[in-house]
Amino acid sequence: MTEEIIERAQRAKTKKALLGEDVDLEQYTTKTGEHQAISALGEIPREYTQDLLDAGIEPSEKDRSGSFLQRDRSVVFSKALSKSLEVMSTTEAVAKYGGLKDYLWKAVSVDADKYTAEVELAPSHGYFIRSKAGSKVTIPVQACLFITADKIRQNVHNIIIAEENSELHIITGCSVSHAVNSALHIGISEFYVKRGAKITFTMVHNWRSGIDVRPRSAVMIEDDGVFINNYILMKPVKSIQMYPTAYCVGKNARANFQSIIFAPGNSKIDLGSRAVLQGERSRAELISRVIATDNAKVIARGDINGTAEHVKGHLECRGLMLSDTAVVESIPELKASRKDLDLSHEAAVGKIAEEEIRYLMARGLSEEEATSVIIRGFLNVDITGLPDALARETKKMLALSLEKVM
Amino acid sequence: MLEIRDLTVQVEGKEIIKDLNLCIERGEVHVLFGPNGCGKTTLLMAILGFPAYKVKKGTILFKDVDITNLPTNERVKLGMGMSFQHPPEIRGVKLGDMVNIALGRKEGRIDERVVELGKRLNISVEFLNRDVNLGFSGGEVKRSEILQLLAQIPDFLMFDEPDSGVDVENIELIGDLMNELLGRDKIPSQRERSGLIITHSGFIMRYLKPDRAHVMLDGQIACSGVPDEITREIMEERFERCVELCGKKVCEE
Repeated sequence: MTEEIIERAQRAKTKKALLGEDVDLEQYTTKTGEHQAISALGEIPREYTQDLLDAGIEPSEKDRSGSFLQRDRSVVFSKALSKSLEVMSTTEAVAKYGGLKDYLWKAVSVDADKYTAEVELAPSHGYFIRSKAGSKVTIPVQACLFITADKIRQNVHNIIIAEENSELHIITGCSVSHAVNSALHIGISEFYVKRGAKITFTMVHNWRSGIDVRPRSAVMIEDDGVFINNYILMKPVKSIQMYPTAYCVGKNARANFQSIIFAPGNSKIDLGSRAVLQGERSRAELISRVIATDNAKVIARGDINGTAEHVKGHLECRGLMLSDTAVVESIPELKASRKDLDLSHEAAVGKIAEEEIRYLMARGLSEEEATSVIIRGFLNVDITGLPDALARETKKMLALSLEKVM
Repeated sequence: MLEIRDLTVQVEGKEIIKDLNLCIERGEVHVLFGPNGCGKTTLLMAILGFPAYKVKKGTILFKDVDITNLPTNERVKLGMGMSFQHPPEIRGVKLGDMVNIALGRKEGRIDERVVELGKRLNISVEFLNRDVNLGFSGGEVKRSEILQLLAQIPDFLMFDEPDSGVDVENIELIGDLMNELLGRDKIPSQRERSGLIITHSGFIMRYLKPDRAHVMLDGQIACSGVPDEITREIMEERFERCVELCGKKVCEE
């Protein structure tokens, strides 16, 4: 079994991804010094505190039910504060649970492309988070993948499981230290939402203009399961390409993706979300907001594939152009192979409407103030399904990062 | 309060208002009638200073300040406010945010003060949380506009067709609040606020007692007079008599 996986990975070693520009892996090294474990997140050197905060990670561990921190290629901290939760490195979980055979490479295929192969062949941990059956911990777990060494490859493999009828909330931040000019982050994330369970996953990407990012994520959702994904990218990045897929396998399974993207500088972003509605009455809603400025190039994709009875899917992509040298391409796709289903999409790209600015000025705002109110409003997606405290925190996080970019 | 002298306004290169004169004293409310396309809204937008409405000639004085070249927000700071007929939809900006902005605060939190103001217009917290003007009915737009003015409390208020698309139930509420905003409950010598109301149908006149009425034809004020008389005439004969007397043509009736 394991041998077969390694073999498949070997064969895919040079397999280019279908989307996104090709990253030469050899530019980045897997050789980097190990970091010592810490006994509390607060022990992270002070120079990094802001980098964590910017990615939504709370160094004080306050209002968190567990924390995980991986620095470069070393796991330096993992702790669960609730008995209903497990938080550890994937390496540890693989050893503890006989290779995690039911989960590892079951949602994402190991030979999808050279990046998935790379993670199998040269892994550097990642996190394992699981909520026990029937448990409901509304306080979120936080997980941070942090790069502090220049020119490294961080190849993480994350496994997230919500057992039957449990509820699991995760805030995850990927961040890079101000001292790093270039690096590659590859993150495999496999989510398993069991019968009647719910996962909310709020991810903040806090990269810099020299970082290549290739996440590969998939979600398996069983009967009555709910998966809610909020993604926030407000900082420049060299290139990012990802297309997470939710498989609504069970009856009444539900997937929601909400992506908020502010693309400045020379960022090259190819980002989408996909839902496969194969369980009867399963539903998906994929929403994205993209603001492109400077010379950013953004491709916003969305894909819903309905193959079962009475499924429902909606895709919404809105883009706002703030520069004549930026490019936004919106590619919504719907596929239906049943007659009794309902799939829809709306896409719109435009500039800030003059009359909206004038209207706000008629209430007393200056032109600049009016513009920023409109931009904040544009990115103000209703975040549903999160516990109140977490929803408030997410909104605050978004407001703070917006203030920084505007 | 407001004095317009010899005003000529162009929109997209076309002259809409020609040599218009209008004076509204402190405490006075004027109503402006006129058929569609005669320049009523253009006049309000020019007073508010929207750049698409280009002043080619003349001056606008507000509280003795020449505001002809001031940006809209500066005019608003001086005490001007407007209830729009067709306000734009702004995604993600809640009605509650607009109320906060009108109150001179940052958007973002819908607190008790906003909720209290909303109650006066039968506006629920749920409605305050909707994106402004997105999918609002005719009556909801009017109530939302009046709510923002209640927060803003301008000294000079302009209402662009406050009665269009509003059902009977709401029109009385809107009329009452307009009277309150304009300080019409006070005796004339103590009235501080002024207003300019545009109405095409004249419907709102059942609830308001303005001081003076004008009829606008072809970009000019064609006749002015006592509101009751002019309203009666318009209700009975539309604009024909005014047209006859002034020798103007009716724009798009």
